[in-house]
Amino acid sequence: MQTEHQEYYVPDQSYFPIVASIALFCLAFGSGSVLTAAENSGDMGMITLLIGFLMLLFIIISWFSKVADESRLGLYSKQMDKSFRWGMGWFISSEVMFFAAFFGALFYIRVLAVPWLAGEGDKGVSHMLWEGFVNQWPLMTTPDPSLFKGPEKVVDPWHIPLLNTILLVTSSLTLTMSHKALKLDKRIATSIWLALTVILGGVFLYFQVVEYHEAYTELGLTLASGVYGSTFFILTGFHGLHVTIGTLMLLCMLVRVLEGEFSGKKHFAFEAVAWYWHFVDVVWIGLFIFVYIL
Amino acid sequence: MTTDTEQSIAADMQHDAKDHQADHHHGPAKGITRWLFTTNHKDIGTMYLWFSLAMFMTGGCMALLVRMELFQPGLQLMQPDFFNQMTTMHGLIMVFGAVMPAFVGLANWMIPMMIGAPDMALPRLNNWSFWILPFAFSMMLMTLLMEGGAPNFGWTFYAPLSTTFAPPSVTFFIFAVHMMGISSIMGAINVIVTILNMRPKGMIMMKLPLFVWTWLITAFLLILVMPVLAGVVTMMLMDIHFDTSFFNAAGGGDPVLFQHVFWFFGHPEVYIMILPAFGIVSEIIPTFARKKLFGYSSMVYATSSIAFLSFIVWAHHMFTVGIPLAGELFFMYATMLIAVPTGVKVFNWVATMFKGSMTFETPMLFAVAFVVLFSIGGFSGLMLAIAPADFQYHDTYFVVAHFHYVLVPGSVFSIMAAAYYWLPKWTGNYYNEKMGKLHFWLSFVGINITFFPMHFVGLAGMPRRVPDYALQFADFNAVSSVGAFLFGFSQLLFIYNVVSCIRNKNPATAEVWEDAKGLEWTIPSPAPYHTFTTPPKID
Amino acid sequence: MKLLSSAKMATGLAKAQLTLLLAFTVPSVSADWQLNMREGVTEISRSVYSLHMIIFWVCVVIAIVVFGVMLWSVVYHRKSRGAKAENFHENVYVEIAWTVIPIIILIGMAVPATATLKKMYDSSESDLDIQITGYQWKWRYQYLESGVDFFSSLATPIEQIQGKSEKTENYLLEVDNPLVIPLGKKVRFLITANDVIHSWWVPDFAVKKDAIPGFINESWVRAEKTGIYRGQCAELCGKDHGFMPIVVEVKSEADYQIWIKNQQLAQVEKAKSAEKRWTLDELMVAGKEIYTKNCAACHQASGEGVPGAFPALKGSPIVQGDPAAHIDIVLNGKAGTAMQAFSDQLSATELAAVITYERNAWGDSLGDIISPSQIAKLKQ
Ligand code: HEA
Ligand code: HEA
Ligand code: CUA
Ligand SMILES: [Cu+2]
Repeated sequence: MQTEHQEYYVPDQSYFPIVASIALFCLAFGSGSVLTAAENSGDMGMITLLIGFLMLLFIIISWFSKVADESRLGLYSKQMDKSFRWGMGWFISSEVMFFAAFFGALFYIRVLAVPWLAGEGDKGVSHMLWEGFVNQWPLMTTPDPSLFKGPEKVVDPWHIPLLNTILLVTSSLTLTMSHKALKLDKRIATSIWLALTVILGGVFLYFQVVEYHEAYTELGLTLASGVYGSTFFILTGFHGLHVTIGTLMLLCMLVRVLEGEFSGKKHFAFEAVAWYWHFVDVVWIGLFIFVYIL
Repeated sequence: MTTDTEQSIAADMQHDAKDHQADHHHGPAKGITRWLFTTNHKDIGTMYLWFSLAMFMTGGCMALLVRMELFQPGLQLMQPDFFNQMTTMHGLIMVFGAVMPAFVGLANWMIPMMIGAPDMALPRLNNWSFWILPFAFSMMLMTLLMEGGAPNFGWTFYAPLSTTFAPPSVTFFIFAVHMMGISSIMGAINVIVTILNMRPKGMIMMKLPLFVWTWLITAFLLILVMPVLAGVVTMMLMDIHFDTSFFNAAGGGDPVLFQHVFWFFGHPEVYIMILPAFGIVSEIIPTFARKKLFGYSSMVYATSSIAFLSFIVWAHHMFTVGIPLAGELFFMYATMLIAVPTGVKVFNWVATMFKGSMTFETPMLFAVAFVVLFSIGGFSGLMLAIAPADFQYHDTYFVVAHFHYVLVPGSVFSIMAAAYYWLPKWTGNYYNEKMGKLHFWLSFVGINITFFPMHFVGLAGMPRRVPDYALQFADFNAVSSVGAFLFGFSQLLFIYNVVSCIRNKNPATAEVWEDAKGLEWTIPSPAPYHTFTTPPKID
Repeated sequence: MKLLSSAKMATGLAKAQLTLLLAFTVPSVSADWQLNMREGVTEISRSVYSLHMIIFWVCVVIAIVVFGVMLWSVVYHRKSRGAKAENFHENVYVEIAWTVIPIIILIGMAVPATATLKKMYDSSESDLDIQITGYQWKWRYQYLESGVDFFSSLATPIEQIQGKSEKTENYLLEVDNPLVIPLGKKVRFLITANDVIHSWWVPDFAVKKDAIPGFINESWVRAEKTGIYRGQCAELCGKDHGFMPIVVEVKSEADYQIWIKNQQLAQVEKAKSAEKRWTLDELMVAGKEIYTKNCAACHQASGEGVPGAFPALKGSPIVQGDPAAHIDIVLNGKAGTAMQAFSDQLSATELAAVITYERNAWGDSLGDIISPSQIAKLKQ
């Protein structure tokens, strides 16, 4: 978009980026050490990991509040506002591709790999190596149960998952209501709808935890129970992570609204979070259909 | 702003903002913090470029170790496992550490100056994208010192060699890749936003310089494939540490799944490494042919179709893994198609030179060499695309020859061309033309001595990624190794040229090259710390 | 159309290029300086070869034209020659032309390629099925009909590799037991792997298929000439990827039958040898040989292993401790590690020998003998 030019705000020097990079390094190196128990003192790694995490947390908070201040100071032109919008938009599309990778894996496994192993399709000869393995989904018995014991049962889509679907969809609605209210500068309505959204997000997460707990304790459905468990947990897991982040961000928005920030015209932070939340919602629909129902 | 209170705040903040802006024009901060904390696209560009050079040296030295081992049959210098580590690290470092950062550095320096923007759209994010890299790569290099050694499973890290059978350091490798991914994605977002949102009035899309166009499209590729890479290494991590079975048939998974996901990233990745190069060449050739680029719009469309096609050809890296016939055919056809838009570009460059009035300063020499040698690489690529023939080529040195022709005299030459082309603008001094030409000719000869014979040993049946080989491959390998050292050491000249260009005063005009077109040539050399803070008039 | 005319002249300039490239087609006289792909000894390999040559010449011709025009302008349209730049910079017709012509060329290329690929994929109606399994770092061949089953690994002595002795003709391309197939019969390969991905490649057959653990890829060959054909593993499979060659011996039908018979007899012999009672020394001698061939690659001849990669056997609790555990890990391997199950790789005697060797070599001799018969029982 070509635009009439206002002074485009180029921020002063900032220590955020370099510190954030160090934080990432500690986080990564720490986790690595913990996982590999390298330099055979796991807690050393754990400490690095925590330091990294705290540093990152600190930076995120101060970075965002700095941006908030700058926008309060009116340093941001319309053009800047648009930069943020484009930025957020493309960030979300990269997130979409991240999930696409896992969905792709799921489809490949279900449509090609498992049937081949079970003697169907172009590479059916492979069945020679897995006598007695049959094509089924959910995959209750893996090709080699001695290594990967299949789940006894799988999550029933029509209980918690259905509930969660309803929760998330409503949360998207309530969030939209809140946004509408904000546009009209109806602050109370805004905060009520927003608070509702946060709660719905929280409840969703609670049920997700319950579901995982059941999966591990009652259904014998774990990361280790073959490729069904693998795809199930990686997809729902990363989605859960995103919901968590989303909820936290919504919470921040709620706080800022209560502090009387944002105006009917100028509230990009709010919108960005809203986009993110809707994206997470859409991903869930995909999960509900392809992971739980089908 | 709406309410009057805000209005009033805004008012006095505005002028506060003004002198905010003002103190920007004072130029760079003093001391190290200038580099650590900077938000200036030129500083960040510079850091990217130096980083890339350092990585190029590192990866290059590893390559030379590889060449030394391969100088003659038998195990001379190193154990096979260490050889594999060298091959792997060489590939990873050159791809992610040398070529990609170099292009991002050029983007940082040039895109704002080419479209007439004051800076990149998101300056702090920009600096973060850079600073992640040194940390990511130090972690990557640390693996060399770890028990069990560095990653040794090739830069394509196929499972299960990279999961169940990998050295412990693979975990750190995975996290390093995650960090690079974050860096690239943020960098790409910045580029896109800058190009789409920071253009002054009159700079319509179809007026954008081709370097900007190609980078825009590259950035889209990055955003769409980097997350997929992150996804696949994450699955590896799970398989290694959390007992999942994505890539393990015993649990219902499939090792080939890894390859599909990896190459869905991997093939676009290789175009990420060439599209900006196309852009650079399309800037340089018109300047030194003193003739407008032939077929500007077709260049844009060609680039876009290459980008599009690059998403549906990935399995041409997997012709031998036993893909069902239909798939094999589809990917063969799609891959062959890419020759068409690429061809259009090559033809356009030639047509630009045709009936021009050419001079051959160093950038032009590199650009012309690019056209020829990249095409040779492209031709071998096309041969590889013929699936039945690929059964003979696959995983032999013929492939190694192919991709070095497109990457070294392709990507790397374009980067050197760009460096010589824009150095006067960056430093305010002309580089030493004689030395530049010398550097070019040594590199040109070195390259071909190194990589042309690889076609022959490849066809004769020498597999890649082997530390030792049968006797009939000996002669050509010796030649390759000699060439490698020639090329390698010639790069010392490049370093010398750059440094002396910064040091020695040989003031360059604003235009630098005889009536060069483009906004970057309208501003003085060296380019002031802040450019186009007020947008230029575009006619 | 100026383009074309100058292109003609350009061919002159490109003559030199051509002669260089012709080098490709010269059939290699000596093995050294071999330039081109082998034509091979099967219908498939020959059609692959011709595809290779067609696409190659297509590229050469296009290169000559394109580079020709470029060189022409580089020479004649330079400023130093007073060339004035013209200012044409667009021509829809040329653009269309050089979009369409390549497409046509490529279609012309795709047709024969498709045909060949179809043939390669049709492994039906085979006369003989052989299952090929890639191991780190050797190949296993199982004749599904006749039950012949053996491993094939590098025969080049380590001294040659380390340069301690003269390298012989088939350096790195020689194995202990080659795969033997009959002349003129359609042999179907069922290719898979036991640990990581390998790739079974014999250039003269134009057969290269990846060996994927847990999956089976099919390929086939109908050899038209008796003789010995050599290839190598073509997928990075760990440290000794460069040292797992493939040798195929194509025998006449009659000779092949004889060979099969002998193989079957030999297998019976092996089984018998288990009953014989062995002395410690005998086992140690046999064991050392088997150890160097099968175990030393990872655990090293010294038994000290490779820190971080392969555990040491010297002084390891398993080797020192209860024989049962030791036998178990050798026979059944350790899931999820590079330690393979050797029970089907080695005969009872060989297993007994190698385990005995491990328990007594490297100073820490426990003096205990693992008897072949004992293993033989376990194997049932
Ligand atoms: C900059 C990077 C780059 C570029 C631009 C390309 C470009 C191409 N590559 Fe390459 N490729 C790699 C980097 C690159 N490649 C790498 C790194 C690998 C190895 C990865 C690994 O395994 O480690 C690889 C491997 C690779 C393979 C797998 C080989 C194997 O492992 O068996 C194949 C197979 O199809 C292939 C094909 C192509 C094709 C068709 C093009 C086309 O884009 C080329 C198009 C260009 C031309 C054709 C020349 C100019 C055109 C004309 C003059 C017009 C007229 C021409 C005709 C009509 C013929 N490449
Ligand atoms: C852009 C990417 C890029 C670049 C620039 C290069 C550059 C070079 N590459 Fe490589 N290469 C790859 C990407 C690249 N490569 C990839 C992706 C692989 C596959 C890896 C795999 O199989 O997994 C590969 C694999 C590969 C192999 C095959 C290894 C194997 O299969 O076992 C070989 C063998 O010769 C090789 C050689 C070289 C050489 C000699 C150079 C030379 O051009 C390098 C010259 C540069 C320098 C020498 C550094 C600069 C020198 C100085 C600053 C002077 C001072 C220093 C000294 C003189 C020591 N490369
Ligand atoms: Cu087996 Cu490479
Ligand atoms: Cu590719």
